[in-house]
Amino acid sequence: MLLGRYIPGNSPVHQLDPRTKLLGCFYYIGIVFLANNWITYALLFVLTLGLLPLARVRLGFFLRGLRAIMFLILFTVLLQLFFTTGGHVWWQWGWLTVTSKGVLNAVYILCRLVLIIFASTLLTLTTQPLGLADAVESILKPLKKIHVPVTELALMLSIALRFVPTLMDQTTKTMNAQRARGVDFGSGGPIKQLKSIVPLFIPLFVSAFSMADDLATAMEARGFRGGDGRTRYRALAYHRGDVVAAILLVAVTVVLIVLRTH
Amino acid sequence: MDITFDHVSYTYQPGTPFAGAGLRDVSTTIRGGEYTAIIGHTGSGKSTLLQHLNALLKPTEGTVTIGDRVITPTTNNKHLRPLRQQVGMVFQFPESQLFESTVQRDIAFGPENFGMGKDEAAQLAADTAKLVGLPDDVLGRSPFDLSGGQMRRVAIAGVLAMQPSVLVLDEPTAGLDPAGRRDLMALFAQLHREQGLTIVLVTHQMDDVADFAEHVLVMDGGALVKEGTPREIFADAEWLQAHSLALPTTTRMAGELTERGFHFDRVPLTLAELADGLAPQLGGSLDE
Repeated sequence: MLLGRYIPGNSPVHQLDPRTKLLGCFYYIGIVFLANNWITYALLFVLTLGLLPLARVRLGFFLRGLRAIMFLILFTVLLQLFFTTGGHVWWQWGWLTVTSKGVLNAVYILCRLVLIIFASTLLTLTTQPLGLADAVESILKPLKKIHVPVTELALMLSIALRFVPTLMDQTTKTMNAQRARGVDFGSGGPIKQLKSIVPLFIPLFVSAFSMADDLATAMEARGFRGGDGRTRYRALAYHRGDVVAAILLVAVTVVLIVLRTH
Repeated sequence: MDITFDHVSYTYQPGTPFAGAGLRDVSTTIRGGEYTAIIGHTGSGKSTLLQHLNALLKPTEGTVTIGDRVITPTTNNKHLRPLRQQVGMVFQFPESQLFESTVQRDIAFGPENFGMGKDEAAQLAADTAKLVGLPDDVLGRSPFDLSGGQMRRVAIAGVLAMQPSVLVLDEPTAGLDPAGRRDLMALFAQLHREQGLTIVLVTHQMDDVADFAEHVLVMDGGALVKEGTPREIFADAEWLQAHSLALPTTTRMAGELTERGFHFDRVPLTLAELADGLAPQLGGSLDE
C-alpha cells in the first residue's frame, strides 16, 4: 500500500513548501473536474505523469503500490458502465445495460479517479507527515478568529502522526509475542478471529495509555503550557519553486477552461 | 533439539525502496541443551535471528531446521503451532504482552492455546508462578496492578508454562534493578542445569555472557562474524572493540592487572576464576 507513505528524497517536488503541495493537491483535484473531453484529460495525464520523474519516483513502483486501490476503481467504473441510462443502447441483459453514454461516463470516472489518486499519492510520497501537519496548521490559522482551537488540533495531529510508526511497531511486536504463545491470527471462523484480537488490542490500548501518560508528563516537565505564546522551530517559507508551481497551476486552469469549451 | 541455520538470509520488505537486509548468509547450529548467547551492537540482526528460531520470520534465502521441521522461504504458515510450543520466546519488555483479567489466567493462556484443559492449565500456572518467584497472593490479581518487575515475571511464567524445550530470551533483564536481574539470571541458569533446557540469550551484559553462556555468537551488520566459547570470544579485546563490543568486568580487570605485572595462564571469565588466578600470585592459598 503506497497511499499515505513517505519516501525520503531530495527532488524538486520534495523541496516544495508543504503548504504549496497540500493546497496544490486540493486545487488540482478541483480542476480535474473541469476536464470534459479527450484533449483536457490527455493534458492532465501528461502533467501528472510528468511530475513522477520530477519527484524521482519510478512509474512501475508507483503502479504496483496502487494495486490495492484498483479494486475500488474497477468497482466504481463497472457500476457506471452498467447502470447509466441514456444515449445509444449497445447491449442489454435484464436490468444491465451498456449504453454509449455509460461507456463515456465510465471512462471519464476512471480517468478522474486515477488522476486524483496519483496526485494525492504523490503528495504523501514527497511530503513528510510532520510537514503536512505544519501545513494544516498554517492553512487553518484564520479559523482561530472564530475560536477553532487550531494549535491544539495541529498538536494532536503531529503527535498522532509521530506515534503511527511507534504503534505499528508495538502492534507487530505484540502480535509476534502472542503468536509465540500459540495465538493464530487470521485463521478460523469470524468469531474465532475476533477472539484472537483481544490479546492484541488490550496490550495495545494499555501501552497507548501509558505512552500518553509518559508523554504528557515529559511535555509538562519541559515547560509546555498550551499553544499560546510559542515560537516555532520548523518555520515554513515559500521559495521560487512554489511560485513556479502556482503559476503552472493557474496556467493549467486557464488552458483547461479554454479547451473545455472548445 | 538442535536448531540449524543453513545459509540463511532475510530481507525486510523485499522489492521496495524500503528494503533492508536483516540477515546475511548466516550458518550455524544451536545445539540442544546448550546455553547460547548472541551478542552484537544494536541493529546487528540479533532480534531478526531470534525470530527465525520459532518461524515467526521465514528466511528469504536458505533453510532453518528446527528439530525435525525444515523451514524454507516457501514454508506454509499453517501447522507451525507445535513448533511455537517447543520454542518458548520471551521478547524484549515481555510485560507488554499481558492482557488477561488475572495473573493466573494470563499464565494459563499459552498452555490452553496448545490444547491443555482449563483446570490443568490453572494448576500449571500456579506452579509456574511459584517457580519464577511470584508470591501466592498475586495469582488472583490483575496483571496491570503489579510492579514492573513482577509483570516481567508473570510474562516469563506465561512462556515457561508452555513447557518449551528451547527458551529464547531477548534481553530479559533490560530495565530491571540489580537484584531482579540476579534472580532472573539465576532462574534461567537453574532451568538450564536442572531441566536441561536449551537457552538462547540475547544480551548486552557481557558479565552474564561470561558467567552463564557455553557458546557465543557474535553478530555484526546482519552477519555472523564469530562464534565460539566465551573464552575464545573474550580472548581478543581489540577485535571486540572493533565490533563495538565490550569485555566482561573480570576480563577487563585481568587485562589491567596483566599490564601491572600479573600473569594469568588463561583469561579469567568469572569472579571466582579471577580470584583463583590472583591468590597464588599474592602469596595466598586457593581455599582461603
